[in-house]
Amino acid sequence: MGKYVAQRIALMLFTLLIITLICFVLVRMLPPAELPLNDPHTAVIEARREAQGYNKPYLVQFGIFLRNIFTKFDWGLSDKLYFGQNVADIFLQKLPATVFTNLYSIILSIPIGIGLGIWAALKKNTWVDYFISTVTMVVISVPSFVFAFIIQYVLSYKLGWFPFLMKAGTDWLSWDMFVSMLPAVMSLSFGVIAGFTRTTRAELTEVLTSEFMLLARTKGLTKAQATIRHALKNCAVVIVPAIFGEFIGIMSGSLVIEKIFAIPGVGNLYLNAINARDYNIFMLDSCFYTAVGLAAGIVVDISYGFIDPRIRMGSKK
Amino acid sequence: MEYEHIPAEKFTFTQMDASLHDTKLETKSRSYLADAFLRFRKNKSSVVAAIIIAFLLVFAIVSPIISPYTINQKDKFYQSYAPFVRQIADMKLGIFDGATTRPSQNEKSMLYWRGIAEETGMDPLINILETTSTTVVYRGKEREEYTYTIETNQYYEKGVIYLVLSYDEFERIQAWQDETGIQVIYPYVDPADIHGITDHPNIWYKVDSSGAAQPDKDGNLVPVYSTRTQNTGAEYHSLRIAGDDGSYVYSTAKSGAVQCRVCYYNYYQYLYGHEPMYLMGTNSMGQDLFMAIGVGARFSIVFAICVSAINLFLGAIYGAVEGYYGGAIDMTMERISDILSGIPFVVATTLFQLHLAQKVGVVPSFLFAYVVTGWIGMASLTRKQFYRFKGQEFILAARTLGASDGRLMFKHIFPNSIGTIITSVALVIPGVISSETQLTYLGIINLSDFAGTSIGTLMSQGQVAMTSAPHAIFFPSLFVSLLLISFNLFGNGLRDAFNPTTRGEDD
Repeated sequence: MGKYVAQRIALMLFTLLIITLICFVLVRMLPPAELPLNDPHTAVIEARREAQGYNKPYLVQFGIFLRNIFTKFDWGLSDKLYFGQNVADIFLQKLPATVFTNLYSIILSIPIGIGLGIWAALKKNTWVDYFISTVTMVVISVPSFVFAFIIQYVLSYKLGWFPFLMKAGTDWLSWDMFVSMLPAVMSLSFGVIAGFTRTTRAELTEVLTSEFMLLARTKGLTKAQATIRHALKNCAVVIVPAIFGEFIGIMSGSLVIEKIFAIPGVGNLYLNAINARDYNIFMLDSCFYTAVGLAAGIVVDISYGFIDPRIRMGSKK
Repeated sequence: MEYEHIPAEKFTFTQMDASLHDTKLETKSRSYLADAFLRFRKNKSSVVAAIIIAFLLVFAIVSPIISPYTINQKDKFYQSYAPFVRQIADMKLGIFDGATTRPSQNEKSMLYWRGIAEETGMDPLINILETTSTTVVYRGKEREEYTYTIETNQYYEKGVIYLVLSYDEFERIQAWQDETGIQVIYPYVDPADIHGITDHPNIWYKVDSSGAAQPDKDGNLVPVYSTRTQNTGAEYHSLRIAGDDGSYVYSTAKSGAVQCRVCYYNYYQYLYGHEPMYLMGTNSMGQDLFMAIGVGARFSIVFAICVSAINLFLGAIYGAVEGYYGGAIDMTMERISDILSGIPFVVATTLFQLHLAQKVGVVPSFLFAYVVTGWIGMASLTRKQFYRFKGQEFILAARTLGASDGRLMFKHIFPNSIGTIITSVALVIPGVISSETQLTYLGIINLSDFAGTSIGTLMSQGQVAMTSAPHAIFFPSLFVSLLLISFNLFGNGLRDAFNPTTRGEDD
């Protein structure tokens, strides 16, 4: 097991390195941003560029890039968007907004999603099940920003329950901030709820018809006891890794939702960096998204092995 | 024991001359596809989805053709206006009347709307939704003041605008007026007569310095049309409005051109040859949404089909090679696709845009971005199918008979996995449409130069005026939601139909 995990992580780091290299070379091939004359930062940025090895072969540049990251966590200076500021600092400032919205969203949606899924599975082939399944299908198909528009129009504009956009400021834990985040949180939640409902329902209906459930009932357990002790435990094999995946995924957030509700998060930073052609920010954000995606995948895979004793990871058989 | 020692002559041949054949099957045989189709037809929701898809496709093809507008027609004034068709608006059904709700209108603004109605003959006021009265004390006297919430027709409430025309153009409009009998040019009002107000072309009556109408004692508006002939811009010899004794002046000279008051609704008819007719209203660019959605949808659908076709082709070949040969080849190829699949899609799109968009155009570089990571799903699907089938006996038999690798792969194994692959194509299409809409909404990709517009662009334009013109975001969202829901339902139906294990479950 330990060997398998180590193998997977090594492979992931290798993949990350290659993707970073590809992105890095492609970005450095573009002409660097032109710097304004008469700006005190210009000299600094030019000096930094010299130190980062612009005009040297790409592989040398990449070496310098990696060395700076590993020794000083230095991702370069912003040369367009936040002129002269350290990219890593800007990025860390933007991270809380994204993490908090997504965290609230999954805290809200996972219990609801699993609950609905269990309900639908227990009432299989009744109108409850049909209703939940149909709504789930619709929610999964419709892109999240359509929900965002509906929520923004109905709840924020017509009913006036929430502010139109997210409140500015950094008081992440205040009540006002929480309320102003809610429209975004709800828009994000729809998809997650539907995903969990579908997975739970599919898994539970399968488990409920298996023979050990019949045995559990035969030996005298009530339906509730049998479901909770035996069926849900088996469902967890699929659901828990998905929850882990979601938790890793909260970092990356959603570009569209962040744009609609003006959340000053990583996604918005990324969009702005693309529009302004701020390559250092773009590079950091790209690496971040890649790393989050890879990490989520690996966590899901490995957690299967920890949760389900029947799965032996990496064994030959 | 009479069955023993039977003499030989008692035996007869049952069949000596007739040749022995298998009897032909009495019933018609059903092919795999026909069978799948039969099962698909039993699935009600998928059939409905297929009908909706067909309807949306027809809409996308037909709407830009039957709409009187093209994507390049951007009206300067009719922007973010609600749906309007005059013939239906005249029936007063409350639909297609270009209505917008205007809260807190006082007496002054009500007179303003009345002024437009009296001059142009088109009443912008549809109905009064709410009246609130307040008692105010004005110069020592108590007085009732009313505030209204009203619905107005946005197309009519534009009323009259100032327009600077060349002499030729002025002449042409007059000729058109004579021909059709529609009044476009209205008599000029000199700012000097209306307290120097120059930014309200709709004022043609006596006003006080704040721009509030001052009716006479019967409550009628008093016209103050200009009769100062010394300022006349160009000769006017066409239709005159009612109540004009020939003394009204219809234009004023303005540095080599003519300034006049033009009823925009009628001027629009002069420009385009028809009345404004917007089945789904206009967006914030002044484009007809009915046509623009069709234009955007055409691109989305064609693009999605191209992407899935290319990905299917590449993925099938890649997956076939991986799955068939296995071993070291499989390992290496899997690592390559692992690396590619690790690239977030939005990063790939951006990089392609930055590098290729200048050289090969936005759409091809967008297509590359989809292709570079998109085929991986298809490849792993095909690979799995190949692993499933390649060890089976019929493959061994074919190999024994000397079939080559290529023949084994594409003649014997591939047809067995075709059902799974078709299904996944049906589910890839909505995925492509959805992400394409998101990227154009975000503005990472701008397709306007190539395709005219796209659903995502329409949504981001609609979002600008979301509170005042919700229709501009409603219709594109509705279209894309319907399209995606029905494609997904359709895909699910296909999956069930092609899955032989569900066969007979519902019979």
